[in-house]
Amino acid sequence: MVTLGDYLIVSGILFAIGFAGVMLRRNLIIILMSLELMLNAANLSLVAFSRFRVQPMGLPDYNVQVFVFFIITVAAAEVAVGLAIIVALYRARQTTDVNDIKSLRF
Amino acid sequence: MSAFFFWTFSLLMLVFGVAVVINRNPVASALSLVVSFLGLAGLFMSLDAYFIGIIQVLVYAGAVMVLFLFIIMLLDLRAEERRRVSWLPLFGGCAVALALLVQIFYVIRNLKSAHQTFPPLAKSTFDDVRNVGLLLFGNYNLPFQIIGVLVLVATIGVVLLSKRQPR
Amino acid sequence: MNSLLPWCSLLLPLVSAIAITLFTHRSRALSSFISIGAVLGSFVCSCLIFTRHGISAREFNWIDFVGVFRVPFGFVLDNLSKTMLVLVSGVGSLIHIYSLGYMRDDEGKSRYFAALSLFMFAMLGIVLSNNFVMLFVFWELVGFTSYVLIGHWFERDAAADAAKKAFITTRIGDFGFMLGILMVWAATGSVVFAEIAPRLSTVTSHPAFLTTAALLIFCGAVGKSAQFPLHVWLPDAMEGPTPVSALIHAATMVAAGVYMLVRVGFIIQASQAALLVIAWIGTITAMLAALIATQQNDIKRILAYSTLSQLGYMVMAVGLASNEAAMFHLFTHAFFKALLFLAAGSVIVMLHHEQNIWKMGGLSRNLPITFLTFGAGALALIGCPPFSGFFSKDAILAVAYERNMPIFVVGLLTAFLTAFYVIRLFVVVFFGKARSEIARKSNESPAVMTGPLIALAFLATLGGFAFFARNFLVLPLEKNIALFVPALAIIALVLGSGLAITLYHNRKSERFDIELFRRLFYFNEFYSWLINWTQEFLARISAFCDRWIIDAGVVGGTSGGTWGIGALLRLVQGGNLQAYLFLFGLGIVTLIYFAVFH
Repeated sequence: MVTLGDYLIVSGILFAIGFAGVMLRRNLIIILMSLELMLNAANLSLVAFSRFRVQPMGLPDYNVQVFVFFIITVAAAEVAVGLAIIVALYRARQTTDVNDIKSLRF
Repeated sequence: MSAFFFWTFSLLMLVFGVAVVINRNPVASALSLVVSFLGLAGLFMSLDAYFIGIIQVLVYAGAVMVLFLFIIMLLDLRAEERRRVSWLPLFGGCAVALALLVQIFYVIRNLKSAHQTFPPLAKSTFDDVRNVGLLLFGNYNLPFQIIGVLVLVATIGVVLLSKRQPR
Repeated sequence: MNSLLPWCSLLLPLVSAIAITLFTHRSRALSSFISIGAVLGSFVCSCLIFTRHGISAREFNWIDFVGVFRVPFGFVLDNLSKTMLVLVSGVGSLIHIYSLGYMRDDEGKSRYFAALSLFMFAMLGIVLSNNFVMLFVFWELVGFTSYVLIGHWFERDAAADAAKKAFITTRIGDFGFMLGILMVWAATGSVVFAEIAPRLSTVTSHPAFLTTAALLIFCGAVGKSAQFPLHVWLPDAMEGPTPVSALIHAATMVAAGVYMLVRVGFIIQASQAALLVIAWIGTITAMLAALIATQQNDIKRILAYSTLSQLGYMVMAVGLASNEAAMFHLFTHAFFKALLFLAAGSVIVMLHHEQNIWKMGGLSRNLPITFLTFGAGALALIGCPPFSGFFSKDAILAVAYERNMPIFVVGLLTAFLTAFYVIRLFVVVFFGKARSEIARKSNESPAVMTGPLIALAFLATLGGFAFFARNFLVLPLEKNIALFVPALAIIALVLGSGLAITLYHNRKSERFDIELFRRLFYFNEFYSWLINWTQEFLARISAFCDRWIIDAGVVGGTSGGTWGIGALLRLVQGGNLQAYLFLFGLGIVTLIYFAVFH
């Protein structure tokens, strides 16, 4: 039988993959995509807990699912804005390489 | 049955998640991400969270990834060339991610409730749209409205940011 | 019984000094009268204290750390201090009266009299104090007031320099004095003379400690009484007005050193080594000064060196463990030296401040009273019977003959030299033909100046006789060799005088030129070289410290270190997003580790 722990471990692995992606890739778009992976990992563990905490009525805890809904919405808005920034950056620097935007240094 | 679904969808999700990170071609990455999202939606379904699963497909896979692909095409990004891998940053990054993973494993292992299966539900979970909706418009109405404003602001921001500067 | 007389005697001059400084500064006549009134009042009180018996004064505790350090403000009123009180205030009064005439036209008369009163207060304080700390306070005050008085005509560079030199040189002696006081206090736990004497037995078992303490205390006397090697300030101090020279350098301040040595004689006499050193230093000073005096041409300088020489005799007597002889000589010396200085002052003023003896001559006719009184003083100085100097000097030589033959021989030689240079001075100034216009046209001084001269002449003549002196002092005992030593002294005296008369009778200028003596044995040159060398050395060390330790080390080090650390830390902010993320992740892993797994 699948336990809660399994879902949480899967969520953890997904999070680690996303984190590695953010740290190791140079392309900004790929970084943004890895960021989405991390968010979704969090969503997964939230939903798992929502299913786990069954209310007295026999229903899962829908409060958590409302929270997940909000996360998805906000993530969408954030991706939109992030991509707009990348477009503006590309227009200014003609590159999406994260190593080329180092001017905010000492 | 549910175990089969669980393992299939999670494997799908994880493998294509890795594919996102490893691929050199951004389009390939984006498409892998779509499949990963689908796997995730399947996982949501297997957790009896139907509404969330559908929303995941519609919003994430449908809108967000489409947006990603549009932008990739707009910027006309090519696949990255092969280049020499510098081992130290690679090793460092993997080490940190691995450390995080190990810590998560450890925490989950010590969590009491982690070894329990899910309790059974009453039959009426197919209306979870209604249930979620009731909560959303009821208890969380204010945050909901604010989210609406947020999306509006995001839209305006995107339009502003991507305007071509007049020469 | 407790009485206010000691307080009156001590504080009247202080009140006068304060009054003059604060109130009557503008009115010169009023200031001088206040000052003279105060010192006369003090003299009257001293006489009253002297004649009555059993007078004591209440003692106040000035500083009192119970059991550890107690400094009272109290008086000691034994025969010694009563005699000194009368002597100091008496001679002081005469000099105050004399100053009225000498400083008649001086601009700074108020300042002069205020300083003079303050000096009297300080000197009386030294005589009366019953503990080391109070003595030291008054000691320093005497030094300060003598600085003010020597530098009275401070617009003249020579006077200002001389005042500075006096103060600094005596200060060096006072430093040793203070160390000696600290050592005595450490050993016996008290600074009060009466309490130290019985406790001295705790220290006598450590001879080195006792000798060092005694010699350090002697340093104070070396400074104040201008013994070798700190004698260089006394001749230069002649830049002050002549009454100041008379008061300070003849009668009182320089005698303070000898008085102090006698007062703490019980400490010094406990150490044979210290006594020997003291005796020899006194002898060396006496001989040195006498040799230098034979080649001097300024009347006040000759008298200054004669003071040095006589002080050497007194210190010699202290070192030979005969406090009585030392005090006797101090007593008679006060009279005839003050007399000599005042008479010299009379000559100087009447010759319009001419001080070179080779510009004088034949003054026996022009200034008869001065001539006679000066003669009395001179004869007393060389130790000619029946003048007072004969008795006291003879007492010292007798003690030396008994106890230390080499010192006796040197003392005798010094007596010979003393006779030589004093008679030289006398002959050149008062006999023969006048050597300059001023000398020929001079007149006798006014009565206000000759009055004190006559009074002092009487004292100088009669003061040595036992019937007079016995009331004041404990006289040294006569021994079986009562005739032998005086005979030798008289022979030396006659030889010296005769030599001087034959060499200098009717001469126009100095016959000999012995540069070593004339240049004061090059002591001043040596000291200035020493100070120069020390300052150079210290300056080099300070420069090194400043340049390398402070500038380069501390300041440069701090700034360089900060700069270096900053440069290192700067590398963290490379602008690389993924590096930041890496550190971020590292931080999170660490935080989780410490939060969850610890």
